[in-house]
Amino acid sequence: MDPLRRSPSPCTSRPPSPRTPPCEMLGHVGIEAVLEQLKIKAMKMGFEFNIMVVGQSGLGKSTMVNTLFKSKMWKSTLPGLGVPMPQTLQLQSVTHIIEENGVKLKLTVTDTPGFGDQINNDKCWDPILGYINGQYERYLQEEILITRQRHIPDTRVHCCVYFVPPTGHCLRPLDIEFLQRLCRTVNVVPVIARADSLTIEEREAFRRRIQHDLRAHCIEVYPQKCFDEDISDRILNSKIRDRIPFAVVGADQEHLVNGRCVLGRKTKWGIIEVENMAHCEFPLLRDLLIRSHLQDLKDITHNVHYENYRVFRLNQSHALPRGPGWVNLAPAPADLTATPGPWKVRWQAHDSSDEEC
Amino acid sequence: MATKTTCISSQVSDDEQRQKRENVRSLAMGGHVGFESLPDQLVNRSIQQGFCFNILCVGETGIGKSTLIDTLFNTNFEDHESSHFYPHVKLKAQTYELQESNVRLKLTIVNTVGFGDQINKEESYQPIVDYIDAQFEAYLQEELKIKRSLCTYHDSRVHVCLYFISPTGHSLKTLDLLTMKSLDSKVNVIPVIAKADAISKSELHKFKIKLMSELVSNGVQIYQFPTDDETIAKINASMNGHLPFAVVGSMDEVKVGNKMVKARQYPWGVVQVENENHCDFVKLREMLICTNMEDLREQTHTRHYELYRRCKLEEMGLTDVGPENKPLSLQETYEAKRHEFYGELQRKEEEMKQMFVQRVKEKEAILKEAERELQAKFEHLKRVHQEERMKLEEKRRLLEEEIIAFSKKKATSEIYQNQTFMASGSNLRKDKDRKKAPAYRFELLCFDVRACETTGGPKDAEEGREGPSTVGRP
Repeated sequence: MDPLRRSPSPCTSRPPSPRTPPCEMLGHVGIEAVLEQLKIKAMKMGFEFNIMVVGQSGLGKSTMVNTLFKSKMWKSTLPGLGVPMPQTLQLQSVTHIIEENGVKLKLTVTDTPGFGDQINNDKCWDPILGYINGQYERYLQEEILITRQRHIPDTRVHCCVYFVPPTGHCLRPLDIEFLQRLCRTVNVVPVIARADSLTIEEREAFRRRIQHDLRAHCIEVYPQKCFDEDISDRILNSKIRDRIPFAVVGADQEHLVNGRCVLGRKTKWGIIEVENMAHCEFPLLRDLLIRSHLQDLKDITHNVHYENYRVFRLNQSHALPRGPGWVNLAPAPADLTATPGPWKVRWQAHDSSDEEC
Repeated sequence: MATKTTCISSQVSDDEQRQKRENVRSLAMGGHVGFESLPDQLVNRSIQQGFCFNILCVGETGIGKSTLIDTLFNTNFEDHESSHFYPHVKLKAQTYELQESNVRLKLTIVNTVGFGDQINKEESYQPIVDYIDAQFEAYLQEELKIKRSLCTYHDSRVHVCLYFISPTGHSLKTLDLLTMKSLDSKVNVIPVIAKADAISKSELHKFKIKLMSELVSNGVQIYQFPTDDETIAKINASMNGHLPFAVVGSMDEVKVGNKMVKARQYPWGVVQVENENHCDFVKLREMLICTNMEDLREQTHTRHYELYRRCKLEEMGLTDVGPENKPLSLQETYEAKRHEFYGELQRKEEEMKQMFVQRVKEKEAILKEAERELQAKFEHLKRVHQEERMKLEEKRRLLEEEIIAFSKKKATSEIYQNQTFMASGSNLRKDKDRKKAPAYRFELLCFDVRACETTGGPKDAEEGREGPSTVGRP
């Protein structure tokens, strides 16, 4: 992926207003019932969401996922319990179906143990990029089949949560490298992990410095400014952008505070409540990811990132002559595995294409 | 407790089977997470995007298509009536933008103009099929582009086809049957009985039964309202039994009771459009717009469009499965096709070159031939010319000889005359007969006259030799 392949200019999901005469209806017709129909259909089909958590070990990724979805998705890893430290970066995915009030969500969480843990972390982002592109590739293959499935299963990563260690200083070179590369391929939401080790002022300072670093390196994290469609979106997203990266604390144990049962971390000097805005910004993260912007995350993945990948892949082959009355559909280059196999795609295949990264 | 599993190869089939295969577990959550707002998020996005709906109305001219659409959407779309004298069936599409509370609908109405008017109706349904195919084709082209913009693409595929059956009360016309049969695999067809106020209730019932049985026996697959979702299954099932809907359209308002309703006024009564006892208009509106609009769109996209796409791609000779029944990616087959195509191209190029060279040779030969002929002609002419010239030379020579001979004679005769003159003048009279004599004598006489100095008129006359020679007169 060359640095020039940035996301295209604002891809509005709203169609351009037609130069057709707006008609006045003389009474109620019932068009708005279509919204209800949409809802019914969507609820019947269920939703899919794929999230990836990236960060060094010990930053609380698994705990965070458990906290987000209020369930034991992962067994939180405790070091030194005989679990061998992975020598290379390996991706692990878990899929669950969770249901709330009739809404079924198929959630896939991909973890990346071993990221940034080696002595030489050069190109440790490659397996991750390979995995993400592999999912795009899968979708693309399904999409260009002649006999397609009615509903193509969506395994593309919709959101990547990046855990920044709470050094309190600024982004490290590894962080910057990784964020630069990944922002062009997937929606990235950086968070400050284990934020209970920073005071409120330190958090603010850290946040400002991170924001400055992101701007300096032209890293566009989610929500991207160029996809704001109208003024209300922009206002809402600016507020969010102001608070990115969120300082979060994860906890999956409940404690009793003031008679209420809350999720929190119990320490000698107090109980850090996860859902208390005064303590940490976990609610903001949860709201962003789940309650308000989930559909938007999926849309941007589908309309922008996937399309970018598709254009890139289709352009990879030589220019083809126009067939009789049909547009170009380019063949895959020889080095990319054509069969949609398991996710452990040989990331060497993508090495050549990622050369210019 | 969730176990860490390696990832998914998800196939779409039954939910249960899929879950079992993927080792996907259902998980109970410990509290409220909040993704129940997901459908709302989806709806919000759709509201922002706006909706698109395309209706195709097929029916004879004057059967009430425009009026029904006006009534359905409670607007006055277009006013003028179309003529009955079109030589071919044409389709006219118009797009309108409607808004109701926060829903924006881009509605496209496609009307068939001149359907059923021609004397020979063989080609009537073809333009309709072509139009529908053209819309699919446009969408397919957009989808296959490299840089595509599907989210901003104005979807013009026909979502529903309202087929207007004229209320004869007997059965389907052949044209209707033929048209519906050719359309049923391409678009959702909903037949309606137009101008239903022309049939009485009992006739209507029989007519409907007859129509449905004819459709079924001819294998025409009209659109069935979906009954798989519990919330709308019941109403849809009951509506399925009322097909085809008998409708009346009218935008005129008539006072009935104490309110104004849309109706048609006759001397014998008022047919109210929105009265369920009078016609099925309300049912049609309910089914078409309020309950199943989304399903119609989905069917168009997932069934009809996919079918078209598959047929089109297979037509191109592309398959998913290779010769040994291994799944072949589209790209590989395309690569193969591309080579083939190139080969073909080369061959054709060679052919054309050969043909060109041949033609050039032929032309050259012809030209050479012509040149030779011309040359021969030229030579021939030249020869002829030469001959003529020689002849002329000959003649000239002869003439010159004659002239020379003549001048010689002249010279000799002059000399001779001089001599005789010198010799004696008495020989003059002897020379009277000689031609030159008079002139000669005249000269002499003139000499005499001069000497005498007389006018010499009578004397001259006496001598009277008319000597035209002017030599003598001074």
